[in-house]
Amino acid sequence: MDESRRAFLKTAGCAILGAGLAAPITRAVAGAVSADAMPGELTAGRWAIAVNVRKCLEREDCRACIDACHVAHNVPLIKDPLREIKWIWKESFKDTFAAESHPYLEKGLAGKNVLVLCNHCDNPPCVRVCPTKATWKRPDGIVMMDQHRCIGCRYCIVGCPYGSRSFNWQDPRPFITTGIKPEYPTRMKGVVEKCTFCTERLIKGLPPACVEVCNKVAGPGTMTFGDIRDPNSEVARMLKDGFSIRRKPELGTEPQIFYLV
Amino acid sequence: MYDKGKIMAGLAAFLVMITLPFWYSAATGKAGVKPDPVLPKTEKKCVESRQYMRDAHMDLLNRWRDAVVREDRHIYVSQDGTRYEMSLNNTCMKCHEERAQFCDKCHTYMGENPFCWDCHLDKKGVKGVL
Repeated sequence: MDESRRAFLKTAGCAILGAGLAAPITRAVAGAVSADAMPGELTAGRWAIAVNVRKCLEREDCRACIDACHVAHNVPLIKDPLREIKWIWKESFKDTFAAESHPYLEKGLAGKNVLVLCNHCDNPPCVRVCPTKATWKRPDGIVMMDQHRCIGCRYCIVGCPYGSRSFNWQDPRPFITTGIKPEYPTRMKGVVEKCTFCTERLIKGLPPACVEVCNKVAGPGTMTFGDIRDPNSEVARMLKDGFSIRRKPELGTEPQIFYLV
Repeated sequence: MYDKGKIMAGLAAFLVMITLPFWYSAATGKAGVKPDPVLPKTEKKCVESRQYMRDAHMDLLNRWRDAVVREDRHIYVSQDGTRYEMSLNNTCMKCHEERAQFCDKCHTYMGENPFCWDCHLDKKGVKGVL
């Protein structure tokens, strides 16, 4: 009896092992992922955006960039500020640049709203705290989000000093009132989302949606997107030619959205 | 063992009964219910062979997902050398337009409930699509 039990366990073990090995082997036969870039893909050493605050403030009620982004990425419109989802929005100067604000601030800036979005920090605290590597910094500086891997713990939201991340407290689809665009996925309940510098457009050779529409509506140079490591890029030249500030630089996050004032 | 004959006969009858669907389809050559996914009319060739797609499309999609989202790689070279942009929404579903007519047919049959559709969309299956 002992012998036959032993023999049975051996056979069963081999069978399970065999089945386990056979499955990946039979599935391994297929093509390969290419290392080539997409034709016309935009690449950079370090992506960054320069926002010309004064040019932007010439059109205080303009929402062109916000609408373009939110429509392109199926961002829901939720009015409740505790549940709202934002990729790019306007924030008061006082809250955006707390350290630069004082009671005697120049009239052109005091009480005005500034355009804000994810800063794609060089030293992103959200990445540091994410327990599942659902968010990480790409070699070109974009702080990317993998919704497949996000477990919704919201550490990144706590870590981000700019409020750039939003959590989906509910299924967002009923709130996409502009019509869902099937080319870009929506999100599901329980994941965090934010601006991705339009990685899906960069591979098609297009600049981010906000920058593209802004340059059409408010004229070139209001928002400038480019490779800040390249000294000949427009964004690098603009920063060299004019005075720029960043949000909360004292925190050491090295934000890469520059505000020309 | 008491009533050995009865027990064995009962067991044999039971086995025959629960395996009856298999005997039936083996004898008649047709299954009672079979998933019937609707294939695209415009395109005859998928990214990989039909057999591979049947067996392992989920592995392929997982590889595509990781390559695109995490590695910023976007081009897939299939076994016959054709290059495709890796995208569920914009490559797969360019031909397989209707999820309900293709994906869901087998998934429902098999009791599979992949979470692709929590975020990804087909052009025809969602209300309010532009």
